[in-house]
Amino acid sequence: MTVKECYEAIESDYNDVLSRLRTDERIQRFLLKVLEDGSYELLVKSLEQRNMEEAFRAAHTLKGVCMNLSLTKLYQSSQAITEALRNRTEYGDDLKPLLDKVTADYEFTMKHIRALIS
Amino acid sequence: MDAYSTEKSGEVQKAKILIVDDSMLNRSLLSDMLSDTFDIIEAENGQEAISILHEHELEISMLLLDIVMPVMDGFEVLAIMNNKGWIQNIPVIMISSETSNIYIDRAYDLGVTDFIGRPFDERTVRHRVMSVFMIADKRNELADMLSAQMYENEKDNNLMIEILSHIVEFRNGESGLHVLHVHAITDLLLKALVKKTDKYPLSSKEIRLIGNASALHDIGKISVPSEILNKPGRFTPEEFAIMKQHTVEGERMLNDIPFRQNEVLVKISCQICRWHHERWDGRGYPDGLSGDDIPISAQVVALADVLDALTADRCYKKAIPFDDAVDMILRGECGAFNPILLDCLRENANILKKDLTLQSFGHMSDKSIMSAVDEVLKSDGGVSGRSAQLLERERTKLKFLSDITHDITFEYVAEPEMISLSEWAAETFQLPVNIFSPSENEHWTSMFSKDDFVGFVEKMKSTTFDNPIVYGKYLMTIHGEKRWCKVLAKVFWSDSDHKLFEGAFGKISDINDETKTIEFWEHKADCDSRTGLLNHNAAKREITRLLSEANGRTYALAVIDLDDFKQANDCYGHLFGDEVLETMANRIRENIRSTDIGARMGGDEFIIFMEYKGNAEPQIKRVFKGLTGKYKDFDIGISMGVACAEDLVDYNELFLRADSALYSVKSETKNSYRFYNDSIEKIVRSNSGDED
Repeated sequence: MTVKECYEAIESDYNDVLSRLRTDERIQRFLLKVLEDGSYELLVKSLEQRNMEEAFRAAHTLKGVCMNLSLTKLYQSSQAITEALRNRTEYGDDLKPLLDKVTADYEFTMKHIRALIS
Repeated sequence: MDAYSTEKSGEVQKAKILIVDDSMLNRSLLSDMLSDTFDIIEAENGQEAISILHEHELEISMLLLDIVMPVMDGFEVLAIMNNKGWIQNIPVIMISSETSNIYIDRAYDLGVTDFIGRPFDERTVRHRVMSVFMIADKRNELADMLSAQMYENEKDNNLMIEILSHIVEFRNGESGLHVLHVHAITDLLLKALVKKTDKYPLSSKEIRLIGNASALHDIGKISVPSEILNKPGRFTPEEFAIMKQHTVEGERMLNDIPFRQNEVLVKISCQICRWHHERWDGRGYPDGLSGDDIPISAQVVALADVLDALTADRCYKKAIPFDDAVDMILRGECGAFNPILLDCLRENANILKKDLTLQSFGHMSDKSIMSAVDEVLKSDGGVSGRSAQLLERERTKLKFLSDITHDITFEYVAEPEMISLSEWAAETFQLPVNIFSPSENEHWTSMFSKDDFVGFVEKMKSTTFDNPIVYGKYLMTIHGEKRWCKVLAKVFWSDSDHKLFEGAFGKISDINDETKTIEFWEHKADCDSRTGLLNHNAAKREITRLLSEANGRTYALAVIDLDDFKQANDCYGHLFGDEVLETMANRIRENIRSTDIGARMGGDEFIIFMEYKGNAEPQIKRVFKGLTGKYKDFDIGISMGVACAEDLVDYNELFLRADSALYSVKSETKNSYRFYNDSIEKIVRSNSGDED
């Protein structure tokens, strides 16, 4: 699988990322780092613990990572939950579906990135 | 070598950029885009960034700063950078996906130079970073050029003044040292004066100008014919009138200078030339001004001129020793001066004397010119690349020194409160290198107890700009063990005008072994070697202390003498005698409380000093019983005289009373005790009178 094919598989914008990061080699290297980035796990944990401030920061970081690598699909769901968490002090039931969507997109995206690397 | 590098000690060094972002991926991405051109340092939150800035402020060329971060966010970092003035020298580029105007406005208000939005685009990132870097670099280059130019200017000014004044002196048959001495004396007296009183509010710049201008005080002498100038004998009234004109002439010459770039210098020089022969009492020339009508610049130079003239050989007189000259001036034999200035002279005479012997060569050194330039630049807030390199070298030296001495060296920053430890110390004591809010940090307080540490910070705050050293001795916990440590620190106060407590640099040394040894020897010196009780001197010291702090408590002193001790020695031998003494000492120890004092006076005499409540008799009786009784075959009996301190505070008097009581026991019953009363005193005093 090429980097381009991987981006097509995860419904993300390959041309955008190539224009900014310049080489496939660099894109692939940083996709690998996305696997090691702990923001998603931190987001899940913070929400379980009802730590809204930490949850916001984790979602925000995840969103930034997606933006930088043009992971469009995951970006959209992490963007949605970031805005829902901004200035939020109480947990609410509206967060559950947003997190479920992030989880689904995250697992979907990671699965293909792992496939690219192996 | 390209535009983004500087050459230092032969190798090319890249400029450093600090990237502050909580996402490792974002940091790596930026680093990847920039690392071919720049050295990258990374921090994962604002607090880490601040501690890196503290340590490497002058080496960091730029900050890339995220906004949303844990522990300390980007705006807090900017607030601290403003507070410390770093924002003026270190450009900051914000990196954020936050693009709302509120964020952007606030960031620009806090001094941010530029913004980079996410997603990062390699070309945009490189372009923005480099243009910001180039602008900052150009500015630093200009600051360096300005600094070099000011240095040249200042040097030229001083040189001109020196040449001018030397011409006058050589014509005057003087060595050329006079202007240097007058300059040095003027400088020192003015510095002492502003410290002593705020009556003459002179800035450090004005003091420097007066010092420079002082060299010109006799410039008017160029108009005095040399026959008069170098006449060894007394002047005729006509000659003196001409001589006096050098003051007015000097001022005229300066006023006639066609160029006047340095107005203040010329103005001060005029004051000095015209009025450096005026007297505080109004009997000087040329205008007969008195008191503070005479400008302070002229007052000080007048005093400096007289002092140096007295201590130098002149065509009409021999040199007078420095101390004598100061005395003559203070006694008013050599003119009339402002009393405050005379105080300054008296208080600084010793320093002056030393300075003048050192000043006997050369001209104003490059070093003092450079420090003048630095002072000017500092007030504008700029730090040139040259100073940064010097600072870097000092830091390396310091690190080396603290590593080899194995002291805990630390830096304390007042705002935001932080302790930085040397790497060696942090590693050895398993503490973090940077500790924020140390008094709340359990790592730190587990070593330096919170109360002690807070107390030490208070001590630091109560130092002054002129006396910034503090010292304290504390019981600390080091590797789980309580040990005595000495803490020594030099406090940094901000520039002398505002005097803000900025922090301190210091070291903690383990003095436990030292303290233990001293305590051991102190204890040893206080003890009687045979019995281990205190000796008389130590007992006297302790008793005197207790009496002076009595505060309503009542004490009794018992003086004890073993009955028939000589017999014990004679019958059973000296070894047995020693055993009796040791037994006695043990009995004393067993019969007194830890707060009481038992001591051996020497020979077979002991004393006990104890507190009692109400009536001392029962307690004394119990002690007496405890001390007497058989040891082996020898029946230990004692004679004991007791005196109650009541309101006595003098140990000697108390001892005399108890001893008198003892004497009266010995001369009558033996193996008994008796309290001192007035009748006893009479017996003893009359007896001792007989013996005399």
